Amino acid sequence: MKTSVFFGALTVAGMAAGMASAATLDDVKARGQLNCGVSTGLVGFAAPDSNGVWEGFDVAVCRAVAAAVFGDPTAVEFVPLTTKTRFTALSAGEVDMLARNTTWTFSRDVDLKLEFVGVNYYDGQGFMVPRDLGVSSAKELDGATVCIQTGTTTELNLADFFRTNNISYEPVPIETNAEAQQQYLAGACDVYTTDASALAATRASFETPADHILLPEIVSKEPLGPLVRHGDNEWGDIVRWTLNALVTAEELGVTSANVEELAAAATDNPEVNRLLGTEGELGAMLGLEADWAKNVIAAGGNYGELFETNIGESTPIGLARGLNAQWTEGGLIYSPPFR
Amino acid sequence: MSSITDPDTGSFRLSMLINDTRYRSLTFQAIAAVILALSFAYLGNNLIQNLRQAGLNISYDFLGAPSGYDINQTLIEYDSRSTHSRAAIVGILNTLLVAFLACLTATIFGVLAGVLRLSNNWLVSKLMAFYVEIFRNIPVLIWIIIIFTIMTAVMPAPRAFRGDEPEATMLFGAFAFTNRGIYIPAPVWGPGSIVVVLTFIASIVGIFVYRRHATKTLYETGRLLPTFWPSVALLFIPVILMQLILGRPVGLDYPVLGGFNFSGGLQIGAPLIALWFALSIYTGAFIAENVRAGIQAVSKGQTEAAGALGLRPGRIMSLVVLPQALRVIIPPLISQYLNITKNSSLAIAVGYADVTATLGGITLNQTGRAIECVLLLMLFYLTISLTISAVMNVYNNSVKLKER
Repeated sequence: MKTSVFFGALTVAGMAAGMASAATLDDVKARGQLNCGVSTGLVGFAAPDSNGVWEGFDVAVCRAVAAAVFGDPTAVEFVPLTTKTRFTALSAGEVDMLARNTTWTFSRDVDLKLEFVGVNYYDGQGFMVPRDLGVSSAKELDGATVCIQTGTTTELNLADFFRTNNISYEPVPIETNAEAQQQYLAGACDVYTTDASALAATRASFETPADHILLPEIVSKEPLGPLVRHGDNEWGDIVRWTLNALVTAEELGVTSANVEELAAAATDNPEVNRLLGTEGELGAMLGLEADWAKNVIAAGGNYGELFETNIGESTPIGLARGLNAQWTEGGLIYSPPFR
Repeated sequence: MSSITDPDTGSFRLSMLINDTRYRSLTFQAIAAVILALSFAYLGNNLIQNLRQAGLNISYDFLGAPSGYDINQTLIEYDSRSTHSRAAIVGILNTLLVAFLACLTATIFGVLAGVLRLSNNWLVSKLMAFYVEIFRNIPVLIWIIIIFTIMTAVMPAPRAFRGDEPEATMLFGAFAFTNRGIYIPAPVWGPGSIVVVLTFIASIVGIFVYRRHATKTLYETGRLLPTFWPSVALLFIPVILMQLILGRPVGLDYPVLGGFNFSGGLQIGAPLIALWFALSIYTGAFIAENVRAGIQAVSKGQTEAAGALGLRPGRIMSLVVLPQALRVIIPPLISQYLNITKNSSLAIAVGYADVTATLGGITLNQTGRAIECVLLLMLFYLTISLTISAVMNVYNNSVKLKER
């Protein structure tokens, strides 16, 4: 009860605060840092390293936005949010944006008045089981106990999947990924289900990852992307085009290694010039410096580089590009043109 | 009031509202009431305006929409196609279940520990003091998590029961203790079982009638009839006889390991056990202090007088001291029952599907209707608290000191 009243009061008070400040960019600049909502800890996507510095694929989006605004990728305050608190925190103005493997859905976009600015990872819901359970398909899971992060779209997909396949299960609602991991490893649940990328990331942190298998079924579409509050379109544009800059940079071959050189003087490619601010006024249109995109790319690299260093096949998480390859490579990653 | 004012001589003047002691307190109360009403109006108006600006509105339509999620412990029929309101009712029933169970066991723990803490046995009283201080001074959320973590870490998973030489075996082939909960045999109601149930109810009524008769005999003739053994006999013998005569209509369904989990039988989930046990021992420690205070409030002379009459210590406690102590114990006990009910909202920490987890958790998250859900939750807890309070006050009135 105490917590509920607290959240209620927080919502009410927070909404007042959120509404009072529509111009998020001004607030962020005045504060001198970006408040970015991230996961409470999902290796590869958002987790503090041994020195307490946040790193990961979602974290990189926050850093890119900070680089676009301040030219400094470290000007970010990371706010770890659970699946339950993330939207309230964003609506209440506690964070300026969320980069927290959050699925873009109709009701969140329309009913919760949030604005998804794009997709940084195309995902789908999967199932992880211990190898010695001898299960090879999710359809064999009749009667299983399933750990599930509560308040997520996966919770609804799970119910739908089992109902349409006419099999039963027992849900074990869990608040965070860390708790789910502990319950799963203790055998308190047979199956852990969440987005396949998160399963891969979780499995990578196990002592013996080979003892656990991901079942082949992917039961949902989970386009994960950063989001902002509804109603502040200027701020939404900044986050949206920061993400697009990362994607376009990869497409155009702009990397963290060559970005300084390409940005030093105008090149033969006009789109590279517009992106890096050596031609046109794109930065000014966003209310940012001309070299904003250069800073974004210099912060950690382009989309492909971020993918490879955080979650790619050379990392313990080992995700293939798959759907998340550039559209030119047969994937879904596609940025509108910079012109 | 010692200040004497003149009888009302002149007409009422406005300044009397401040200067006249007859009106002053009323004036300030009226001002405070107006300020309070204005601040609530301001907050409410603020909320509505902000909601409107954000393009949101207050609407309870979502309660009729399908919830889309499943719940692991449901006392009534429920699946993911049921409505959000049904999910809320499932949660309410789960809250009431754990609150009821915890109130019951906390009272038992509390009375035992409170009485034993006053024991003359040094070891017993110190052990009880230790229990009270340890549990009273650590937040209940931590106890819930500790107990749940110990359960999941120490108890075997169901898969440990599998195989030719399993790591764990069932107790008497009927009880399985796993980290998902305890599986026990469930009763199966065959034809004729209604007679057995009715016999059982009749037995309970019989026990009450017999005890009343024993008390009456004691007061009228001073003859003390035994109550314990006849009560036990009344409780069990007729039911067992009826069960044998009718050819065992009430059977038992044993839990069997099949597929992933045990199936059949009755499952008492680990979250329920952890929450129930944690609330019981935590609140029990508080109740123990209430009981100790109540007992110590009864003059020692009462004990000595009863002892002089030749009563044994057990009877002194149950016949002389506790009845008098009750009037001190009951009022704070009401608060403890309210605390148990409210603390049960910590259920989400262990994944127990109480109303805070269903309505205030999943429903709130899936629909985004935070204000509506929280208002409903407040209404629910308020109703429950006032009800418990009312019922306990009726009981309090029946045991409080009667002045004739």
